[in-house]
Amino acid sequence: MKYLCLIYEDESKRGTRSKEETTAIMGEYGAFTEGIKKSGKYVAGEALQPTQTGTTVRVRQGKISTTDGPFAETKEQLGGFYLINATDLNEAIQVASGIPAARTGSVEVRPIWVLGAQESSSRQTA
Amino acid sequence: MTGDVASNVRERIDALYRSDSRRVLATLIRLLGSFDSAEEAMHDAFTAALDSWPAEGVPENPRAWLISTGRFKAIDRLRRAARFDAALAGVAEQLEDSAPPASDFDDNLEDDRLRLIFTCCHPALSPDARIALTLREVCGLETEQIARAFLIPAPTLAQRIVRAKGKIRDAHIPYQVPSRDELSGRLDVVLHVLYLVFNEGYSASFGDNVVRHDLSAEAIRLGRLLVELLPEPEAIGLLALMLLHDARRLARTSAEGELILLDEQDRSLWNREQIQEGLALVDQALASRRFGPYTLQAAIAAVHAEATTAAATDWRQIIGIYDVLLRLETSPVIELNRAAAIAMHDGPETGLALIDAILARGELADYHLAHSARADLCRRLGRTEEAIAAYQRALALTTQAPERRFIERRMAELAAHLG
Repeated sequence: MKYLCLIYEDESKRGTRSKEETTAIMGEYGAFTEGIKKSGKYVAGEALQPTQTGTTVRVRQGKISTTDGPFAETKEQLGGFYLINATDLNEAIQVASGIPAARTGSVEVRPIWVLGAQESSSRQTA
Repeated sequence: MTGDVASNVRERIDALYRSDSRRVLATLIRLLGSFDSAEEAMHDAFTAALDSWPAEGVPENPRAWLISTGRFKAIDRLRRAARFDAALAGVAEQLEDSAPPASDFDDNLEDDRLRLIFTCCHPALSPDARIALTLREVCGLETEQIARAFLIPAPTLAQRIVRAKGKIRDAHIPYQVPSRDELSGRLDVVLHVLYLVFNEGYSASFGDNVVRHDLSAEAIRLGRLLVELLPEPEAIGLLALMLLHDARRLARTSAEGELILLDEQDRSLWNREQIQEGLALVDQALASRRFGPYTLQAAIAAVHAEATTAAATDWRQIIGIYDVLLRLETSPVIELNRAAAIAMHDGPETGLALIDAILARGELADYHLAHSARADLCRRLGRTEEAIAAYQRALALTTQAPERRFIERRMAELAAHLG
């Protein structure tokens, strides 16, 4: 059987940790991931960029609308997930808008956090 | 070179910064893939120009020189930073290998500006962020100026811009002009930002200048670019609106910087050529039958522009257009403007009743123009004390010096009347 383990934490803590603490935690995650890979339990896992990089996608009357930030409807709860490949946010929004729930609920699109990547290594071409 | 020539060159560089720094930035963002790198690179390039041009002379194609120099400076920076971070060495190499051909800079100049504006106005950014970013990156306003325009603390606005750039970078908002099918929707967002920028230049909400021509001129220039790329009715309508309002610029303020209202303006100072252009654009937009609020507002401006004197204004037509506008878009400010037009056509009493009804709803309680309008109508009806009280409210609500002086003058005139 498959299970989805959702990680919730106070994201402001990420910014206040010391370099040593961060390295230590990353080490713990690394060890954990290795362990469950070995035991055959691992399917997929990623860290997410913070909520301010998120975009909420909704489709109403055939029109795609996006809002900056994570979804915040208290009447909607997490119901599923897709991990996708996309060249950029535009493409990700297009893909997300095709998810049926986008028409009745909201789909939050959050970029994956590639650990260790620097900002200048992302080359955006026109 | 003599001291004179050197200082001429420096003046030239200053002028170039004012006229071209945004275009240089737009291209550098595309070449370097980062807003922050591009800004640093642009400043490095202008610094380099200040260093070498006085002695070596201004290059034949200054913009290309600046872009090329900026790019090299950015690669330099990356190489230096790469000593501490090996990953950056790869980026530096990538950049070096992808040197664009010499023609790249001129060919792509306008496209790059459009890329920049569509990116700054991306719907995945918050509306506030879009405005702040466009004013900062596309128009080159200082953070302080933008903060004052929107009456928020400068650090708050600075943080807003930092976050917006962070989102563009971390969520990979691509630096591109939207595809054909997305263009129309994305354009609406851009038009709204332009409208706000134009208004800021047309009637600055801070400081001593009623009109900040640079901003309006910038908004008009960007408006023209948009119309060239996508002649959508509302883009045409907005351009017409801006041109028609801007055409009155010289008549709006006296030589001393005092505000002159529409009915008292010297219409011979209106820019007739610009008006002709605006009128033609309004016709074009209206003919499409797919027009919206900007086009209708332009149509109202057109009616004013066609009146040779204030007395000759076709107020009935204006009221009619306001009626259509209100069907498209409910707004207490539009209702207020319609009430003012009705006052001109049907008399101050009728107009005043409408304005009082709007104020009673509470929506325009803090809008200084609502109180000024009320004051003006009371004044015309001889209700002097009420007029003074309304002007008092208006005065408390506006921080713009020329407007304040205007209100104070009116109040003084009325007070003299009482005394």
